[in-house]
Amino acid sequence: MANSIFSIASVIAILGLVLAGLRFAKGPGAIDRIVALDAMTIITTSLIVAFALFAGRRIYIDVGIVYGLVSFAGVVALARYLEGGL
Amino acid sequence: MAAIIGAFVSLLGACFFLFSGIGLLRMPDAFNRMQAGTKATTLGSILFLLGIGIMKPDYLGRTIILAIFIALTNPVSSNALARAAHAYRKRLGATLACDALADDQEADHGN
Repeated sequence: MANSIFSIASVIAILGLVLAGLRFAKGPGAIDRIVALDAMTIITTSLIVAFALFAGRRIYIDVGIVYGLVSFAGVVALARYLEGGL
Repeated sequence: MAAIIGAFVSLLGACFFLFSGIGLLRMPDAFNRMQAGTKATTLGSILFLLGIGIMKPDYLGRTIILAIFIALTNPVSSNALARAAHAYRKRLGATLACDALADDQEADHGN
């Protein structure tokens, strides 16, 4: 019961990731792509933790934490570059 | 019982992810897309991670650390994105109806 509800939740999260990816592919300017990339990295961090639950291995949560750190640094660096301060 | 409650909390968070994706696709310009793309994913990821923690109490500590981390860093990246969008629009020659940041920057140049 709980596992099937959680599987549905993961599928809905993947659907949101796909919609953000569509904006990433379409997105008329560079800034639209970076906004979509930011949303995609947050959703992916959550999905990595969901994968830790599916696989039953706790170490994957640490992978999610590191992924969150690196993606935050990447988004901020891209935004600063686009602003002209880098 | 706790597992089912956690799964429903995760489902709520996943719905916020879906709303954020829909908002990213349907909003008209970059500032509106940022609204959908950063706020909704912050709440969605906090709910999703807390739901996982409720489902499996072993994971609760680390998911709370990750949720706090996302709650702290997502506004910062959102702020950097908003400033980048402002500079990007200025480079394109577009103007906003109400632009407090440009007024501030002009005041700084005056001093």
